[in-house]
Amino acid sequence: MSTSPDAAQAPTRVSAPQGFLALELDGDGAHPAAWRKARHAPTGLLDGARIRATVLAAESAGFHVATFADGALPAGGAGITGRLNALQRAAFAGPVTSSLVLVPEVDTVYTEPFHVSTQLASLDYVSGGRAGWLVAASDNAADAAAVGRELVGGAGLAREAVDSVEVSRRLWDSWEDDAVIRDVATGRYLDVDKLHYADFAGDSYSIKGPSIIPRPLQGQVPVLAPAGLLSAEPLSAGSADALLVSAPTPELLSAEVADARAATPSAAIIAELDVVLDARGQDAAARLAELDAHSRWESPRARFVGSAAGLTELLADLLETVDGVRLHPAVLDVELEELARLVLPALRRRGRLAPVQPDTTFRELLGLPRPASRYAAPPAGAPSAVHPAAHPAARQGENND
Amino acid sequence: MTESSTGRSIGGGFVPSGQLQLGVFFQGVNSGTIWKSPDSGSQTDFESFRRIAQTAERGLFAAFFLGEGLRLREHLGRPHALDVAGRPDAQTMLAALASVTSHIGLVATQNTTYNDPADLAHRLSTLDLLSGGRAAWNVVTTDNAWTGANFRRGGYLDHADRYVHAEAFVETAKQTWDSWEDGAVAGSQAAGAWAAPGSARRVRHEGRHYSVDYLPRLPRSAQYRPVLFQAGDSPDGRDFAARQADVIFSAHPKLDDALDFRRDIVRRTLQAGRGANDVKIMPASEFILAATPQDAWDKKEWVRSLQIGPEQALAYLEQFWGRELQDFDPDGPLPDIDPVVEETSETRGSGFHGAKAKQLADQWRAEAKEKGLSIRQFVSARTSRGDSTFTGSYTEVADRLVDYARTGAVDGFNISPWLVPTGLDDIVNHLVPELQERGIYPTEYAGRTLRENLGLETPVRRGAAVVLKG
Repeated sequence: MSTSPDAAQAPTRVSAPQGFLALELDGDGAHPAAWRKARHAPTGLLDGARIRATVLAAESAGFHVATFADGALPAGGAGITGRLNALQRAAFAGPVTSSLVLVPEVDTVYTEPFHVSTQLASLDYVSGGRAGWLVAASDNAADAAAVGRELVGGAGLAREAVDSVEVSRRLWDSWEDDAVIRDVATGRYLDVDKLHYADFAGDSYSIKGPSIIPRPLQGQVPVLAPAGLLSAEPLSAGSADALLVSAPTPELLSAEVADARAATPSAAIIAELDVVLDARGQDAAARLAELDAHSRWESPRARFVGSAAGLTELLADLLETVDGVRLHPAVLDVELEELARLVLPALRRRGRLAPVQPDTTFRELLGLPRPASRYAAPPAGAPSAVHPAAHPAARQGENND
Repeated sequence: MTESSTGRSIGGGFVPSGQLQLGVFFQGVNSGTIWKSPDSGSQTDFESFRRIAQTAERGLFAAFFLGEGLRLREHLGRPHALDVAGRPDAQTMLAALASVTSHIGLVATQNTTYNDPADLAHRLSTLDLLSGGRAAWNVVTTDNAWTGANFRRGGYLDHADRYVHAEAFVETAKQTWDSWEDGAVAGSQAAGAWAAPGSARRVRHEGRHYSVDYLPRLPRSAQYRPVLFQAGDSPDGRDFAARQADVIFSAHPKLDDALDFRRDIVRRTLQAGRGANDVKIMPASEFILAATPQDAWDKKEWVRSLQIGPEQALAYLEQFWGRELQDFDPDGPLPDIDPVVEETSETRGSGFHGAKAKQLADQWRAEAKEKGLSIRQFVSARTSRGDSTFTGSYTEVADRLVDYARTGAVDGFNISPWLVPTGLDDIVNHLVPELQERGIYPTEYAGRTLRENLGLETPVRRGAAVVLKG
């Protein structure tokens, strides 16, 4: 990993000729009845063996990224009501995998920003620089009641998300890369001049810093957010490195992608797609009907139902305009097998997929340079602005120690 | 029993197991870990943690322990520069280690003051399930607003309330782990629902410091619930442990003190309505070993010189004097100038504070003068954890440990290695076989869960929720 300083102005992004594929690994799949078709008993879902098996299957299939959903689950329905903490699932997967980027969903509304920052930095260490953060802003009353806080809604959600991202970004920079000096001559383990108070002061809380862990391996852990979440807040367009774009049908997706690209030219665009494939001698529509007979699958995302060849075409088209596509498999065990056997090899043959290389960082996959800490003195002759203040509060406490 | 004739009987129906367990405490922040040696590795790279955890597991250690401090330590108003600092989040690191270990317990130090009970209980459940029943929580409390500056709530808890709050928090966590019925998850994919309706209880707590109302998302683990460690040494802390903890991470390693501490804990445990053997005791310790006694003592001198260098010695006094003392000779007498503060404040974030500074300075100057100690020698003696260090040849130290096992003074030791990541190598390669030869150390893991390996009873699921104030 290089330590070249960040470009002063984020350039408008040009979609790479080759894209990446992400797979959501939560539960037994995205369909609420997926557990009935999984290749294990219901009691075999919530353990390390299951995490190990799924991340290894995703990695060997050639996926670049795995995501891990989090948060409260609907109680009392027919779906799965148990879920392991997403960030810890990703951490467990770190030493098991070598190229798969690990992106847990982490809420920003009912969590402690300081813990979130430390946990994500730690995930970056245990994965060798393969961590990302899928930012969520829970609007679920159950999450509020669990921590005894008032329900946050409307514009408050964006505010919480933007604040939490800003806190993490400052804390990740609060140790400059060379803060640990181990200077035997002067007896100093740390160079205190390279540690910085974050001094974040938002509307609802303030955070002092510095971080309790050195700077993440990637410098800044890439931040993914649903399109619209962070940009709902003025001046925050720069907070996300990648946007997840969703639309009700594949046709509408391209319009949404174009809108997101125009609104946030510096961010990578990741399209969201539900997937049901022909499998086990059964066509996709019949499989879906069988699953839906147990409980209907409601989803805000575009859905592909059909053959592996059809999905390959759709993905090849999508990857012309987006940087990546995240797939939500109806039944993880079943769809992943077909994706691994037919879809990813075909896309790779057609040259549509970025190479999968061990020890590639998430930033490298996204084409992002490793940024200098915002608190570091610029190298002689370099432009002075390292990170434009993305948030009004950011101007209050820059380098305030 | 013959011990009673030597004054070593515990009483109260306590039965010594005759065995010792070992744990390893990867400290990450302190002066005890040497960073000046060329053998000193990274404090953050995963490989350091993997190496120590796997070495410990090779030595059949019961537990791998991580500490936590939620604010970077400071010295005279700036981050403290001289010691090892900066460590990964305990539970994130332990979740990663769960995938590369199979038997060792994974103990996370986690603070009750700056966590939410529902979130922390859920994350501990996650670690417990990911590791197949090897998770533990070392329960700690903080009350200072200085740490609170990193959190939404800021400083909100009075010192006197910290155990009241902690106990309500732990009860809420235990209710979380009691929530799901056994067999709640469907046995077959043809079942009516993934989990039977009503098979999990809501957890509710309405208190002065926090409110909780939620439906836990996880079933119990192979060891029922995470094992609870506790380290508080005050009377309140000891009673808290006697009521709630499975293991005490104690500060009493010297044999006589350990016996007294055991008696005290047995008494408090019985008072709390639990069995005399229900709470295990593992003191913090440090081992400096070699093939011969002389080599071990030489090594100790070298270790100490690297732990407390001239800069650390002066900085240690500066915490109590409240002013810079860089002009004083570390190899000379204690400073003859007086402290500029009324009350002392040891490096922010650790437990010692509040003594009268002038009085303490006078006392220390007198003591150093009487013993003829320089600043370095004085500080080294004060910080050397004298009683908790076992120095000697492998056979010598193993012989000493036999008394601890036979009397039941402790159930084992929680070892802080002074070198990362190779600091356990000679313990595992040389001391463990000596202990095994003496019949006081396991020759294989008793089971796959931490509870099994520590010889702890499986909890019984409780009925209605217990409501505690706090």
